[in-house]
Amino acid sequence: METLLSILIGFMIIGALYALHARDLLSALIAQGIVGYGLVICFLNLRAPDLAIVQIVVETITLIIMVAVVLNSSREEIRESWNRNKVLNTISSLIIIGILVYVFAAMLGPLQPFGEHTTRMAEFYTQSGAEATGSANLVTGVLFDFRAYDTLGEATILFTAALGVITILRSKSKKESTS
Amino acid sequence: MNGMSQIVKKVTQLMSGLIFMYGLYIITHGHLTPGGGFAGGAIVAGAFILLILAFGSKVISLRKEETQTSITESLALLVVIILAGAGLFLGSHVFFNNYLPQGEVGELISAGVIPIYNIFVGMEVSAALLTIFLGLVIYKEEVAS
Repeated sequence: METLLSILIGFMIIGALYALHARDLLSALIAQGIVGYGLVICFLNLRAPDLAIVQIVVETITLIIMVAVVLNSSREEIRESWNRNKVLNTISSLIIIGILVYVFAAMLGPLQPFGEHTTRMAEFYTQSGAEATGSANLVTGVLFDFRAYDTLGEATILFTAALGVITILRSKSKKESTS
Repeated sequence: MNGMSQIVKKVTQLMSGLIFMYGLYIITHGHLTPGGGFAGGAIVAGAFILLILAFGSKVISLRKEETQTSITESLALLVVIILAGAGLFLGSHVFFNNYLPQGEVGELISAGVIPIYNIFVGMEVSAALLTIFLGLVIYKEEVAS
């Protein structure tokens, strides 16, 4: 399990790095798709089909939208000369890399090994979730009963995103478009 | 927005209904099998996006459709909040209380309010994704013309 996950995550890292450095934006998008679909296989291997369904559908829809955007605008990446602050950029990124490595190394110590993470609430959910909510699918039971505020927040986020899109992307006013 | 070739149109005609039905299945069986409102809503939105991309449409009808999806989305979210607020007055007076009888675990009609939440969250998610897509398409058409 862990070796398979490591191989998949390695492929995902390679895809992400290629997406950063590709000249052609369309191939960068396809390489970015490797990350999303690799995550789907990771979720399936970790026995989380609920997440895998959501991830594969949302990844496909975003990929379609991004491909449409790239095909309608320029396919070439705009190269900017980045010689000006080369020294400053290198130093600041090295400092941030050092801080991140230190923090992650300090955080990894008290954690439990991979796959054996259990807490008190998780034990309660897995043992008596089905009787408490009456839902055979435990994930939906948790999402819509114990953690329903979370679901309400996600729905509100989508609502706000749609609101922002139809507010920003309006080149003509409503009066102008009807007349 | 122009449509695609005859082959794509025919395949879309055959497939989109099946995709739509699969999304409805995922939504209504959310408390029994993997999936739920979010996954099913995204699949339903995908069926409509496929239709729009394959057949193309005029800006006027797209704008009409955007108004409708926007209204659907807002109403569905409102219904979710009203259902959650109803828990304040029924049962043990908690927001998001599961106040309907739960029935037998594993039946299609069971789990109290959870299937109703699933249906309305599915409506909200599909309408929101479709609104975002339609907003982008309409913007592109308006800029091009």
